Amino acid sequence: MLTYILKRLLYALPIALSVTVVSFMLVYLAPGDPLNAIAPADAPADVIEALKSAYGLDRPVPVQYALWLWRAVQGDLGTSIASGRAVVTEVFGAVGNTLLLAGIASGLGVLVGCVLGALAGYKHGSGIDRAATALSVVGVSIPHYWLGLVLTIIFSTWLGWFPAMGAGPGGSADWSWDWDHMRYLVLPAVTLSVIPMGIITRTVRALVADMLEQEFVVALRARGLSGMAVFRHVAKNTAPTVLAVAGLQVGYLMGGSILVETVFAWPGTGFLLNTAIFQRDIPLLQGTLLVLCMFFVVLNLLVDISQPLIDPRMGRG
Amino acid sequence: MKSVRKQLPRWLVALPIAMLISAGVQAETVARYGISMADIPLTTGQPDRGAGAYQFTGHTLYDPLVAWEANIGTRPGKLVPGLASAWKVDPKDNKKWLFTLRKGVKFHDGSELKADAVVWNLDKVLADKSPQFDAKQSAQVRSRIPSIASYRVVDEYTVEITTKDVDALFPYQLPWFLISSPAQWEKLGRDWSKLASQPSGTGPFKLDKLVPRERAELVKNVAYWDKTRMAKTDRIILMPIPDAMTRANALLNGQVDIIETPPPDVLPQLKSSGFKLVQNVTPHVWPYHFSTLPGSPWTDIRVRKAANLAIDRDAIVKLLNGLATPAKGQLDKTSPWFGKPSFKIGYDVKAAKALMAQAGYSPAKPLKAKVIIAQGGTGQMLSLPMNEFIQQSLAEVGIQLEFEVVELENLYLHWRNGAKAEMNAGKGISAINLGYVTADPFYAITRFVDSRYIAPNGVNWGGYNNPKVDGAIDTIRKNFDTKIQDKLLAEIHETMVDDALMLWVVHDVNPHAMSPKVQEFVQAQHWFQDLTTIRMK
Repeated sequence: MLTYILKRLLYALPIALSVTVVSFMLVYLAPGDPLNAIAPADAPADVIEALKSAYGLDRPVPVQYALWLWRAVQGDLGTSIASGRAVVTEVFGAVGNTLLLAGIASGLGVLVGCVLGALAGYKHGSGIDRAATALSVVGVSIPHYWLGLVLTIIFSTWLGWFPAMGAGPGGSADWSWDWDHMRYLVLPAVTLSVIPMGIITRTVRALVADMLEQEFVVALRARGLSGMAVFRHVAKNTAPTVLAVAGLQVGYLMGGSILVETVFAWPGTGFLLNTAIFQRDIPLLQGTLLVLCMFFVVLNLLVDISQPLIDPRMGRG
Repeated sequence: MKSVRKQLPRWLVALPIAMLISAGVQAETVARYGISMADIPLTTGQPDRGAGAYQFTGHTLYDPLVAWEANIGTRPGKLVPGLASAWKVDPKDNKKWLFTLRKGVKFHDGSELKADAVVWNLDKVLADKSPQFDAKQSAQVRSRIPSIASYRVVDEYTVEITTKDVDALFPYQLPWFLISSPAQWEKLGRDWSKLASQPSGTGPFKLDKLVPRERAELVKNVAYWDKTRMAKTDRIILMPIPDAMTRANALLNGQVDIIETPPPDVLPQLKSSGFKLVQNVTPHVWPYHFSTLPGSPWTDIRVRKAANLAIDRDAIVKLLNGLATPAKGQLDKTSPWFGKPSFKIGYDVKAAKALMAQAGYSPAKPLKAKVIIAQGGTGQMLSLPMNEFIQQSLAEVGIQLEFEVVELENLYLHWRNGAKAEMNAGKGISAINLGYVTADPFYAITRFVDSRYIAPNGVNWGGYNNPKVDGAIDTIRKNFDTKIQDKLLAEIHETMVDDALMLWVVHDVNPHAMSPKVQEFVQAQHWFQDLTTIRMK
C-alpha cells in the first residue's frame, strides 16, 4: 500500500510541473495585452513601453516563467497588475468562498445523485427509473447560466425567498453560519449541484443495475440475505467508481464556475478568473490557474489513494 | 400606583433621551449601489477602469485642482474650481499656469492641503524616481495629463505648472488628476497597498470599509470643505455586479437601491414595478471609425456619406428599448461644439444608393469591407445585434461588411496600433467599432483629428490628416478665450461631419434604474457623476 501511495505521489510531480507550464503559457496564447489591466485604452506607446519594463513583461517568456516558478515554489505568486494586491491573498480569499459554495453544492449533488441513482438502479425500467433518468439528463444538459437566472427570477425576484446575489448581508468577510448568511448560498449551490447530481445519478444507476445482475448478488439472495444486506454489498462494490466520478465532479466545482459565480456575484475563484481574464491580469490569472490545477492534482491523488482503501484489489493492480 | 408615580420623573427624562438616541440611530441613510464593474476601482487616488470609475472612488474620496461640474443635469457641465480656488495663465509666458489653493482644506487624516502636497502628487504620477511614485496610478493618469512639462511650489498656497507647449485647453486635463494625502502615505509606512484600504483624500466621502470585488462603503465627510456639495446620504455602499441581469434582479429583489446600465429587456418590468429610470445626454458615441489611408475602401467620401445615410437610427434606438439617442455627428446636438455641419446625417436610403452608384457600387456589385468589432463590453452597448443591424442596412445600399469579432481587450490593442498596423491593414481591417467617450475637447475631437495623434502616437486611428484642422487645433491651444475655443471646436466638428470621418450611429444615455426609496439623483451629462446628489427616503 505504501509503495502504491509513493508511486502515486511520484506520478503527481511531473503532472504538477506540467500544470505550471500550462498555467503560465496558456495566458500568453490569448490575444490581447496584459497592460490593458492598468493602462487606459488610449495610453500612448511610450507609456505602454515604460509599463512593460516596470512589470518585467519585456523579458523573454522563458525567463519570465523561470522567475515566476522560482517565486511560486517559495509561495509567492506575485502581485496582481490590476489591483496591486498579493495574488496569494487574492486567490486564497476566493478559494475559501468557492470551497464554501462547492462544498455545499457537491454534498447536495452527490447525495441526491446517489439516492436517485440507487433508486433508479433498483427499480430498473420502472416509472421511478424513467423519472430519475429524465432528471439526470436535464441536469447534465441544462446550461448553468440559464438555470441560475431562472432560479433567481422565480425565488428571488418573484417570491423574494432568497437573495439574488452576494455572499452575505455584509459580504464574505463577515460570513457566519446563520440563516441570514446561509440563505445567500441556496440558489448558487442548487444551480451548481445540478450537473454533478445528473452525472452521479446516471453513474450510480448504471452501476447498481449492472451489479444487481452479478452472480454474487444472486448468491447473496440465495443465501437469504435481506434487502439491506444486499444493498450494503452492492454499495461497497459500486463505491470506488462512484468515488472516482464524484472526485472529478467535486474537482470541477472546487475550480469554481465562472458563469454561476458571475451570475450570483459570488466572490469565488470563478468570479476572480472572470475578472482576471477580461483584464488580462496575467499574474492573477497564472496564480489562480495554478492553485486550481493543483487542487485537481491533489484531489485526484486523494481519490487514487482512497480507492484501494475501499477496494484492496485496486492497490494490488 | 405609588411606584408608577415614583418612576414617572425618570420616564419623563428617559423618554426624550431615548427618542433622541433613536432619532440619531435612524438618521443614517444608506444607498446601496450596484455597479457594473467586476471590482471596486483603485482607491489610492487615481481610479482604474476608465472614466466611469471616477464617480465611485475618484471624485467621492478625492478632489482635483480643477473640477467638472457634475451636480447639474439640465445642461452640459463646465470646469469649476476644485482644490484650486482660481487659476490663470502667466501673461508673459503662456506655458506657465498658476493655481491658487483654497485655504483650510483638510485631508481625511486631518493634515492640511498645501502646495507641497500638490507637487508631491504630481511626482507620484510623473516622477518615476520619486519615492512616492506609483506605477499603477501613473498608468491611469499620465496619458490624461500629457501637457505637463514641469511644476513647482511658488508659495504655501500657490503651485505653478508649466506645459510642454502653449495649451489653452490644459485645465480640461485636470479633473482627471486627484490629490491624495502625503501624510497618510507616510503614516502607513509609505505603502500604497495599505493606503488602498485606508485612503485619505479631501473628498465628500471617506472610505469606511473595502472588501475587494464585493463592496466599498463610503461615509459622508461631515467636515467637507465645499458646503454646496455635502453628501445627501450618510453611507453609500458600492457593490460590483458585472452581470446586467443580476444587477436588475438585485434591484427588483431589494438588495440594492440603484443600478447602472439595466439590461434593455428588463425595462418594462422595472417600470411596471415602480422603479425609476433616469437617463440623460451622455458624452459617448458608438461609431465605426474609418481608415482613410490609401487602399482603404473608405477613402471615397461618397462611400462614407452613403454609409451614414443608410442606417435607420430610430430603429436601433427601438432595439435598445430607448436607451440611446440617434447620432448626428460625433457629439450630441446640444453640445456647444456641435456647430452647423452641412452634411445632415439621417436615414435616406435613396440618397445613399445614389452616392454608392456615383462611386461605382450597388447591391449587385457591392463594395467589400472588413470591420473589427468586440463581442461586448463597457461602452459597446448591444454590440452584436447592433452590428448585425448595420451589416444588413449597409448591404441594402451596396456595402458588404465582414466582421472580425474579438474581445474588447483585444480590440483596444487593434485600436492603439492604428489602421496602418500589420494587425489591421495586414488583415484587411479598414474600420473599427469602439464606443468613444466624448467628454472634453481632447476626448471628443482633437485626439481623433489631429495628425500628430495618428496611431501609434495617439488614437487618430484612421490616419485622418487635414492641415486646416491641425491649424485650427493650434489656434485653439493658443487662445485663452473659451468662447473662441468653443467656436473653433464647433468648426472642427463641422469638418469632421462634413468629411464623414466616421459612421456615427447612436449616443449612449448612461441609464440608471432606482427604487422609489431614492428621492433624488442628479444625472450629469457626463461620465463623471456626483454621488453627493443621491438622497434617500
